[in-house]
Amino acid sequence: MSAPDLNGWEVVIGLEVHVQLQTVSKIFSGASTAYGADPNTQACAIDLGMPGVLPVLNADAVRMAIKLGLAIDAEIAPRCVFARKHYFYPDLPKGYQISQYELPIVGLGKLDIDLDNGETKTIGITRAHLEEDAGKSVHEGFAGSGIDLNRAGTPLIEIVSEPDIGSAAEAVAYLKKLHSLVRYLEICDGNLQEGSFRCDANVSIRRPGDGFGTRTETKNLNSFRFVEKAINQEIERQIDVLESGGTITQETRLYNGATGVARAMRGKEEANDYRYFPDPDLLPVMTTESDIAAVRSTMPELPDAKRARFVSEFGLSDYDAGVLTSSRELADYYEAVLAAGAEPKMAANWVAGSLAAALNAEGVDIAESKVSPGQLAGLIARIDDNTISGKIAKDVFEAMWAEEGDADAIIDAKGLKQITDPDALGKIIDEVIANNPGQLAQYRGGKDKLFGFFVGQAMKATQGKANPAEVNKLLKEKLAE
Amino acid sequence: MSLHQKSVAELSAGLAAGEFSSRELTQYFLDRIGTHDGALNSFVTLTAEQALAQADVADTTRKAGDAGPLTGIPVAQKDIFCTQGVRTTCGSRMLENFIAPYTATVVRNMEQAGCVMLGKTNMDEFAMGSSNETSYYGAVKNPWGVEQNLVPGGSSGGSAAAVAGGLAPAATGTDTGGSIRQPAAISNLTGLKPTYGRCSRYGMIAFASSLDQAGPLAKSAEDCALMLGAMAGFDTADSTSVDAPVPDYTATLSEPMKGRKLGLPKEFLSDAVDPETREATDNALATYRNMGAEIVEISLPNMHLSVPTYYVVAPAEASSNLARYDGVRYGHRAEGVENLEDLYKRSRGEGFGAEVQRRIMVGTYVLSAGYYDAYYLKAQQVRRLISDDFVKAFEQVDAIIGPTTTGPAFAIGELVDDPVQMYLNDIFTIAANLAGLPALSMPAGFSGGKPVGVQLIGKVFDEAGILNAAHQFQQVTDFHRAMPEGFK
Repeated sequence: MSAPDLNGWEVVIGLEVHVQLQTVSKIFSGASTAYGADPNTQACAIDLGMPGVLPVLNADAVRMAIKLGLAIDAEIAPRCVFARKHYFYPDLPKGYQISQYELPIVGLGKLDIDLDNGETKTIGITRAHLEEDAGKSVHEGFAGSGIDLNRAGTPLIEIVSEPDIGSAAEAVAYLKKLHSLVRYLEICDGNLQEGSFRCDANVSIRRPGDGFGTRTETKNLNSFRFVEKAINQEIERQIDVLESGGTITQETRLYNGATGVARAMRGKEEANDYRYFPDPDLLPVMTTESDIAAVRSTMPELPDAKRARFVSEFGLSDYDAGVLTSSRELADYYEAVLAAGAEPKMAANWVAGSLAAALNAEGVDIAESKVSPGQLAGLIARIDDNTISGKIAKDVFEAMWAEEGDADAIIDAKGLKQITDPDALGKIIDEVIANNPGQLAQYRGGKDKLFGFFVGQAMKATQGKANPAEVNKLLKEKLAE
Repeated sequence: MSLHQKSVAELSAGLAAGEFSSRELTQYFLDRIGTHDGALNSFVTLTAEQALAQADVADTTRKAGDAGPLTGIPVAQKDIFCTQGVRTTCGSRMLENFIAPYTATVVRNMEQAGCVMLGKTNMDEFAMGSSNETSYYGAVKNPWGVEQNLVPGGSSGGSAAAVAGGLAPAATGTDTGGSIRQPAAISNLTGLKPTYGRCSRYGMIAFASSLDQAGPLAKSAEDCALMLGAMAGFDTADSTSVDAPVPDYTATLSEPMKGRKLGLPKEFLSDAVDPETREATDNALATYRNMGAEIVEISLPNMHLSVPTYYVVAPAEASSNLARYDGVRYGHRAEGVENLEDLYKRSRGEGFGAEVQRRIMVGTYVLSAGYYDAYYLKAQQVRRLISDDFVKAFEQVDAIIGPTTTGPAFAIGELVDDPVQMYLNDIFTIAANLAGLPALSMPAGFSGGKPVGVQLIGKVFDEAGILNAAHQFQQVTDFHRAMPEGFK
C-alpha cells in the first residue's frame, strides 16, 4: 500500500512499543519466560495471582531498562515506582497489571532515524517504563475459552514516543531502528511473530499550523508491514471522515493482520478508569550513579557508532555501513569475515549482496547462514588473488551455500580455476578468431561492438574460467593484427 | 493446674520435663475443641490428623535432643494464612473450596520451630470487621459471655476465642487496624502487632498491604515473645519484610521498669472511653509508677484523623487486592453465567459478603479518576502527619500507653447496622498501623465483668521493649491469669 494522498493534511503519529525483555525468569516471580511451553506450565502461584502471593522485582529487568535508557540518551530516574493498573480481564490474574505510572524508570530520550531522502530525523522518546505482560486467551481446541498464563508476568518495557513521527514510513523507520537497538543491547530477542516486539500507533491529522487533531489508537501491530498498512489506512480513513464533514472519535481500534482491517474496539466513554496507585507490595526502586555506571560498562557498541566506525575504519560508503550495521549479528558476521583476512570493500559487497540475498531467499537469520565467515573470506581471497573471476565466484558461492565445501575444494573439484596463462589463452583466442571469419571481417570493417562478441566466445570456450582482463588484453592485440 | 490453663512457657517446660508428650498435649487440645467449640465456633477447619502427625515428629525431635522452646506446642492458625493442602477460606464464601498450593512464610517458620497446627480459626471475612460477625462461617462467641452473645472482637476473633477458651495455648492473628489488639483486649489476652516488615506477609491473604502484619495472640507477654521469635524474620519472598536479625524477645523480659518513660496521649482519654475502662487504664498507670516508671502526658495532635485516614487507605488497597477474586481461576464461580461481565458480577456478588462489598466500593471510589487526589493522596499525606506525631512523641518517651478500646465486648448484632460506630472500635489501634509501629494489648481489668485491655505502642522494631513492659506488668498483676466461667 502506498502512502495516501494527504491533500494538504499533516500527519501526527506517536508510537507505544512493548518490548519483551529476555530475562531468564519473570519480572516478579521465578517462573521461566521461555516461549512455547505447554499452556500454564510456566505459571507459578505468583503468576496465577493466588491469594497471599507477593511480587519480588527481578533485578535483571531493571538493568535491561537502564541499558535501554542509556542507549536512547535518556534520564534514568534515581527513584522509580511501580503502580497497579486495574481492569478485569480473564488473562489478567490479579485484576491489575503491575506497571509504572507517575515515576517511570526511563525519562526523556531520543532516537535518530534515517529518512528516505537521506536526512536524519530525531524522534523524541517521552518515557519508557517496566511492566508485566498478561496471559493469553486461547479459543482453539476445546469448547469455551481457555487461558494460558505462561506469558503472565513476562517483563516488558513500554517505550512511548513523542508525537514526532510524520508518516507511516517514518513510523516503520523508527520501529526498525528501535528493533535493531534492543537486539544490539541483547535485551530482547526481537521476535515479532512471537510477540516479543509489539506496537500500538496513535494517529491524528491536522491542517499545518493547527493544534493536534483527535487521535485514535490502533493496537495489535505485530509486523513492520502491518504498521505501515494500518497507519496509512487510518490516515486515509481520518481524511475521508474530516473531508466529508465528519469528526474523528477518540477510540481504540484493533488491527486484524489476517484481514488487513481495523475496527473500533472501544470509545472514550468505555475507556477503563485504571485507578492507578503505587503498589504497596513493592518498594520504590532507587538507582544510583554507580548502578548506572555498572550498566554502562556492559554496553555494546551501538549501531550509529558502529556505522561511523565502518565508514572511517574500512572505507565503506555510509549506505553500505548502514546496511551492515542494521543488525548486530550481521555486523558481527561482517567483522568476522574481515578478521579471516578479507578485503573490507569486497567483503561488504559479498555480505550485503549474495549472502543477504541467499538468507532472504530462504527466510533465515544470519545465525543460520550456511556459509561461515571463514568460508566467505576464503572465497574472497580467491577472487583477490585472481584464482577465480567474480562471475565464477558467484557459482562457487552457490555451491558453498549448497554445503558442498570450502571455496578451494569447490574450485578444485569443479576445475573452476581461472585461466590466466597468456599462451593457453592465446591459443583459445586464435581458435575463436579462426572460427568466426565473418565477424572478424565486420569487426575489422569498423563494427567495434563485435569486440564483446569475441570476449563472449572466448569465455564460452573456457566455460567462463578465462581471466576477463587477460582475455580483453589478448583479444585487443590479436584483433588488431 | 490443667493443661489448658497453662501458658506456652509452662507447657514448654512440661514438655521439656517429660511430664507429657506433644501427642498427649495435642490430643488434649483437640478434645477441648471437640467439647467446647460447638459453643464458640472459633475454628473453620480442624486438622486433627495432621496435628497428631506433627506432634509425633515433635516428640521424635525432642527425643533426639533437638527441641526448641516451641517444639510440640499446639497452636491455632488464623484462616488468613495459606496452608498447603489445607482449605484456606479467609472467612469468605469466595474461598470456601480453596486449598492453598503453598504455605505462608509465618506458618512455615512456626512449623520449623516445631509448632503443631490444630486448625484454622474463624475470622471476619478478608479480615474486614471488628466483631467476627462478617465471617461466612458464622459469628464467633466470646468465651467471656457465651450466654450474652458477646463478640470476641475481630478480625482475629476465632483465634482470640480459641485461646481465651483454652482450646489452643496460643494462636496467630493479623492486624491491619487493630485486628489482633482489639480481640485480645476484649477477650483478656495479650496480643502483639509487630512493626510493619517484621513478619513476612508472603502467603498471608492481603487485606491492606501497607498495613497488614501478622502477630501472636496468647495468654501472656512471655508467650507472645516466644511466638514472635518463631514467626518473625526476613523473607526474600516479601519485598516489604525487613532484613534485620530477630532478637531473643524472652531475653529482655526481666529488665526493670525503673526510669522508663511511658507517654500517655491526652487524645486517648476522650469521653468516648467508658468509665471502667478508664479506671483500668489509670490502675495500669499507677502500677507502672509503682515499678518506678515515669508517666508523661504527651499529645498526638493528628490522632483524630486516623480513623478517616484508615478508612480511605485500607479500602483502597483492599479494592485492589480483592480484584483477583473473579471466578476465573479459583474460588467461587457463579453458575449459569451469560457472559464474561455476568461471570464477574455474579461470582463477586455471591462470593463476597456485605462488608467486603462495602469496602470494595469505598476503595474503588477513592482511587477513581477525579477523586484520587482528594481522597487517597490526601489520606497518604495525613498518614505521614500521624507518623510524624509518633516520631516527635518518641523523642520524649520510650513507649506510649493508653486503653486499647473504648470499652469491653458488645453483643452480636449490636453494631451490625451501624458501620461507622463499628469502625470506631479501632479508634485507638489504627494509628500504630498507619505509622507501622509495634503495639500490643494486655489484660488490664474488667468493665461490667467483661475484660478490657491496655495498649502499649513502641518505637520501630522495639517489640522487645513493649514485651518487656507488658511482662513486668504481668509480674505484679494477675488479670492475664483470669479465665472465663465454663472454660476454666
